[in-house]
Amino acid sequence: MSAELFVTQSQVTPILVQNLTRRFGAFTAVDDVSFSVQAGEVFGWLGPNGAGKTTTIRMLLGLIKPSSGSAFVSGFNSATQTKLVHAHVGYMSQQFTLYNDLTAMQNIRFYGGVHGLSSDELRQRISEIIQMAGLVGRENTLTGSLSGGWKQRLALGCAIVHHPKVVFLDEPTAGVDPISRRQFWELIYQMAKDGVTVLVTTHYMDEAELCQRVGFISAGRLVALDSVSQLKLTQMRGQVLEINVSDPEKAVRILKAAQQSHQVPLDEVALYGAQIHAVVPDAQEYNDAIQRLLTQDNIRVNSIEWIAPTLEDVFISSVKARVDAN
Amino acid sequence: MQFDFQRLGALMRKETIQILRDRRFIMLFLGLTFVQLFVYSYAASRTVYHLPMAVVDQSQDPTSRSFVQALVNSQYFDATMYLDDQSQAKQAIDKSQVKAALIIPPHFAASVDQHSANFLMLLDGSDQFAVRSGYSAAGLVAQNFGLQMSAESVALTGAMPSLSDSLPINTSTQILYNPDLNDKWFVIPGIIGMILQTLAIEQAAIFLVRDREWGTMEQILATPVRQLELILSKMIPLSILCLLAFGISVGLGIFWFGVPFHGNLFLYFWLALLFLASCLGLGLVISTRATTQFEAETSSMIFMLFGLLLTGLFYPRTGMPLIPQLIGDIAPLTYFIRISRGIYMKGVGLSFVWGDALILVIYTLIVVGISSKTFKMRLD
Repeated sequence: MSAELFVTQSQVTPILVQNLTRRFGAFTAVDDVSFSVQAGEVFGWLGPNGAGKTTTIRMLLGLIKPSSGSAFVSGFNSATQTKLVHAHVGYMSQQFTLYNDLTAMQNIRFYGGVHGLSSDELRQRISEIIQMAGLVGRENTLTGSLSGGWKQRLALGCAIVHHPKVVFLDEPTAGVDPISRRQFWELIYQMAKDGVTVLVTTHYMDEAELCQRVGFISAGRLVALDSVSQLKLTQMRGQVLEINVSDPEKAVRILKAAQQSHQVPLDEVALYGAQIHAVVPDAQEYNDAIQRLLTQDNIRVNSIEWIAPTLEDVFISSVKARVDAN
Repeated sequence: MQFDFQRLGALMRKETIQILRDRRFIMLFLGLTFVQLFVYSYAASRTVYHLPMAVVDQSQDPTSRSFVQALVNSQYFDATMYLDDQSQAKQAIDKSQVKAALIIPPHFAASVDQHSANFLMLLDGSDQFAVRSGYSAAGLVAQNFGLQMSAESVALTGAMPSLSDSLPINTSTQILYNPDLNDKWFVIPGIIGMILQTLAIEQAAIFLVRDREWGTMEQILATPVRQLELILSKMIPLSILCLLAFGISVGLGIFWFGVPFHGNLFLYFWLALLFLASCLGLGLVISTRATTQFEAETSSMIFMLFGLLLTGLFYPRTGMPLIPQLIGDIAPLTYFIRISRGIYMKGVGLSFVWGDALILVIYTLIVVGISSKTFKMRLD
């Protein structure tokens, strides 16, 4: 009997990761990562492609073994009590893999069946999930012919058909239109309100801002872990100037050259749509210097403004800080 | 971590829906059964009829003419040209104008009366089936005529040894089980095994790899589904399809090709099921190695080739060098062909085929053992 059984369900940390490491040969995909997620929390697990996001989730699900460290889900050890973990979690893998040659209803029935739902429960869940996914009237449509947003909500429905207390969503909104994305996040919040713990990975920083807490992972290392507002306060080195100019691309080239020659102490220069974000140690101090630099080269500066950093600014800054530290 | 019938039921229901929805797959599956049965059994006919034959009749008497007529009447030969001597006949074979040449020495009728008649049959050794058919046909006709035959194969392949120096020995042969040496009788019981092996190995491998390729495997692995449930849910529907193909091939073998079934159908069915299990297990082993359906298909092709060439289906294993024989031993068909021919053609019981049946049991245990170790319910 493991000690976990003596702890009541409410006290168990839904997701607990301790010094988790996974190496593939010489490559370290996940490097000594530790964090925990509390009940009812929406936790964003962020990072660029290949940073180790999916590998972390797969270790949490016991689908791959950690090289060292451990992961616990609902108090069960992912590596040794894998099937107990599976009975208690919902998982939506990348590209929301449903069976395209089954109908919407058949997909729900299948996942309900493998989770051991009784036929009464199944009937109820099918109608709830069809409702939730907005598939009323399309119950018998082949899943392959449904559009992205429907498929995505159906995949979520299948993942939570057995009312899991912990849900892992791996890039659930990739390749889905903005309206469907918003609807999907409403579903995530609904789940969290019902006490479900959600770990979600995403590329979209606007979605990341919707998470209560986020973890940044870069090249396998956890580089930042906090609430979004705290991260913006603590993780940001310098201040962000948002610059509107006549020729943004040329302006970026000029600023990058200035960064290289240390003419202006620029931490980061990047194009955000038509605007430029420049990170400097002090916004007021370097405002004029930047403006001068650009007008010298016949670029008209429409506006230059000190703004609050976006999560993306914070993310880039944290990754850079980690790289500089090494 | 116990087996759960409800989960197995849910998985099997899903597989069944998928199979039934995929009409093309069912057509292909059953179509392959028909095509293999018909193509192999007709293409495997190795008896060659109506060989074009040159005749050098140096006797020109009624007996020699009736002997030529007897050869033509046998349907094995057509007398297409009449020549003057042996060297012309040889040239005709060299030029591929004929496949055989009959040389009848002078005073044939008199020799026949004295029971010391001789004739020479030249055969094109570059065409082994022609040689074999021609050789045995000429021998049979000659036997009826009470003649001693000398055969010589022309061309450089030398498939047939020259018999011109051999002693006049009277051989008398009796062929059991298949007195007319009908090729189909010999081939059908083997092809039934071949069809079963091809379908089972290939589809077992593909069925499991398919989910991996679609990415749905990862999703299933993250549910409480156990390894045995997952594998059985794919193998049971597939077995039913394979048994359907088996039934069709046995039915066609008996009723269409007219190959009489001499054994116990019940025993035949159970041993076919055992053979099927060994093939599915082999497919499972392949599926654990392959990551795409294409890879799985290509790997199973190897066993199809083994099946065609090394298991004794068309080419006798007794004539093979050791290495090809050992490679042939890897294919479960090698054992089932002996069982199939034994039960189907000879009508023998378990007491005669138990050795091969035992090997199949051990074979099945080994492949299932390997696949249960290598078929990971994990992604790494």
